[in-house]
Amino acid sequence: MEIISIDPISFNHSKMNLAKIKSSSGYLSKYGIFIAFIVICIMLSIATPYFFTAQNIIIVLRQVSINGILAIGVTFVIIAGGIDLSLGSVLAATGVVAASFAHPGTYALVVPVMLGILTGVIIGAINGLTITLGKVAPFIVTLGMMTIARGLALVWSDGRPVTNLSPAFNYIGGGDLLHIPVPILLFVLVIIVSAVILNYTRIGRYIYAVGGNENAARASGIRVSGVKLFAYIMCSGLAGLAGIVLASRITTGQPNAGIAYELDAIAAVVIGGTSLLGGRGSIAGTVIGVLIIGVINNGLDLLNVTSYYQQIIKGIIIIGAVLLDRKNTQ
Amino acid sequence: MNPAYLLRAENISKSFPGVKALDNVQLHVEKGKVHAVMGENGAGKSTLMKILIGIYTPDSGQIIYKGQPIAFNSVHDALKAGFSMIHQELLPFPELSVAENIFMGKEPTTAIPGWINRKKRNKDAQLLVDQLGLQINVTRRMKNLSIAEMQMVEIAKALSNKAELIIMDEPTSAISDRETAVLFDMIRDLKQQGIAIIYISHKMDEILRIADTISVMRDGKYIATHPVDSISKEGLISLIVGRELNTIFEKRNIVPGEVALSVKGLTGAKFSDIGFSVRSSEILGIAGLMGAGRTEIVNAIFGLDRIYKGTIAVKGKPVTIRSPKDAIRYGIGLITEDRKSTGLVLSGTVKHNITLAALKSCCKGPFIEMQKERSIAELQIQRFAIKTPSANKVVNFLSGGNQQKIVLAKVLLNDPDIIILDEPTRGIDIGAKAEIYRLMNGLAAKGKAIIMISSELPEILGMSDRIIVVHNGCIKAEFTGAEATQEKIMQYAMM
Repeated sequence: MEIISIDPISFNHSKMNLAKIKSSSGYLSKYGIFIAFIVICIMLSIATPYFFTAQNIIIVLRQVSINGILAIGVTFVIIAGGIDLSLGSVLAATGVVAASFAHPGTYALVVPVMLGILTGVIIGAINGLTITLGKVAPFIVTLGMMTIARGLALVWSDGRPVTNLSPAFNYIGGGDLLHIPVPILLFVLVIIVSAVILNYTRIGRYIYAVGGNENAARASGIRVSGVKLFAYIMCSGLAGLAGIVLASRITTGQPNAGIAYELDAIAAVVIGGTSLLGGRGSIAGTVIGVLIIGVINNGLDLLNVTSYYQQIIKGIIIIGAVLLDRKNTQ
Repeated sequence: MNPAYLLRAENISKSFPGVKALDNVQLHVEKGKVHAVMGENGAGKSTLMKILIGIYTPDSGQIIYKGQPIAFNSVHDALKAGFSMIHQELLPFPELSVAENIFMGKEPTTAIPGWINRKKRNKDAQLLVDQLGLQINVTRRMKNLSIAEMQMVEIAKALSNKAELIIMDEPTSAISDRETAVLFDMIRDLKQQGIAIIYISHKMDEILRIADTISVMRDGKYIATHPVDSISKEGLISLIVGRELNTIFEKRNIVPGEVALSVKGLTGAKFSDIGFSVRSSEILGIAGLMGAGRTEIVNAIFGLDRIYKGTIAVKGKPVTIRSPKDAIRYGIGLITEDRKSTGLVLSGTVKHNITLAALKSCCKGPFIEMQKERSIAELQIQRFAIKTPSANKVVNFLSGGNQQKIVLAKVLLNDPDIIILDEPTRGIDIGAKAEIYRLMNGLAAKGKAIIMISSELPEILGMSDRIIVVHNGCIKAEFTGAEATQEKIMQYAMM
């Protein structure tokens, strides 16, 4: 008799527990990729003790900072429902442009930096305008731009690496500030600014709305074209910054640099749970995605796994992350 | 029970989240007869047809075919059993030939498995087409055919499936009178061969010409079945619209004020020479069938579609509206027809959707004031009685009625003076409908000018002070709320 009588209080209580369980599974799905990252780190620490040393952590962070800046840029575009395949080429083009203004005793540091970023911004604007005004699919436009920007890099540098760069310029990629490499500091700065834009500003909210439902966004009085244009400019502008960091780090403006870098950046975004359909995703997710790719590359290097196997493992992780995400959202 | 029935659907019920689409519906179809199914938009006709051909499974009830109970799990099952449907929107493979379209999925093969016997396919297809009296070369590409010809090919395809029951959904909606005559000759031939036809249409005159039996549905319920010669046009209309007016409408006593919005000579892709005006505190109903051009008219006023010609004036002042942003600035709000495709960002939260069109008011410079945004959203959730566990719930998971209230909350957050609602109660339950009606009355009482598009006549009659009827992109009639009847509106909406 006692078993079947329902006491309203305990009934409510069990309902509340149910709600708690539900929200904790939501917790799991929300932080699943973060947990996966921690698990990977623990496994690598056990497999190779050197992995979890301050020295190695700094190495990993410096390695990921360029891909990280690219990935954060393309996060804007992907949340807005687009894609950018031209990143690797933009990186090279902006790198050689910046480098060509960075020879010792020519211009102040601000000139190559601003020109590098401006090159990225212009390319992003061309991408964005062609997509919005020309109504051409982002995949096609940025695929075309991939070739165009690569060609521009080769034309600008006459096909040769741009060398003999000033110490000030080389400091961006090679220097330390308070014992922390400058690329890491730039990466962190980009993370903070981007997260603030996406979460706390109107344009950030509009990017989610346009990616989630372009028609509803338009009917809500949002200028959809302007929002998309912003996302593409942000993306290529950040690629410009990444191009400068890379040129500075290798002390060369290399027109052949960055081939297929866009794929690593997009992979990081996808691992981080951003939907390629748009409207969903976060900077935090992308950062975790970047770190996962980074620690796996580093860990497998430390374990002397050949780069051939590394590629296979990386591919499996990309697909696995999306499978996991699919399961959670269904 | 009459054993001559080819098909008996008994006590069919089907619910979708938030709405009962079919409630104990029956349909008895005889061999070799044309059985017309009539009803307003949303009466449940297409849901019933989708159940018959296996797209939906019914929640309850049974379908008896040739004396055997059947349950189709897929369209494929239904086709094999001899059911074919000619959809209103034809779905051909435009780049393939007529013969390839007819034999899609059942191509005759040669001795080598998987190898199509083109000669036999084309010969058989031509035979079928010739039998129907059509002059079409089956090697022509489908895309080069007229819509009427494509429809005939669909019928040939149904015959190639040895169909014994063919469902035709609004087959004459896109073809000319002459083509309709050809279609009707063909239907009479099919009857001779013993094929049963379920014929769905809004066109009264056609139904009276071609049908043997007529069944009427209303609000997801079965109303009546009559032989065609025992019922008049007027009798049919009153069966379709129902006699009693819904009691959920409140009477208002408001004197309309100044003209808030007026349009003159408005012409666009799907409408021409539209002129009307709406005063503050007035509810203007726009009646008409789906596809009549009603949505296109209001979308154009709101800056979503292009206007070729004509003027729009807000409070007597001519305005140029190029985008929804302009329209919102002039104090116009539009609750769009389809909340899922144009109303909501389904992947967004309740809060983000509510504030989307008025985000600027929650901002300091480019930054969103989170606290302020949350309290504004909470206030709207309360005001519109939106049932959601939290303001941060993703809207995709809410019911249709609550989603619609979120769209209303979003649009009304801008406090527009002219509010346009396009099918504001489609697909939501009666309780939510009543709440939306109350809200509309409240807004009118506050001096807002309201335009409501609806396919549901009781709603149009119950809510509107004035009614315009749109047909084929033109305004065909205008009534005051007092002089309008369902019969009068239907007469102009259906022609």
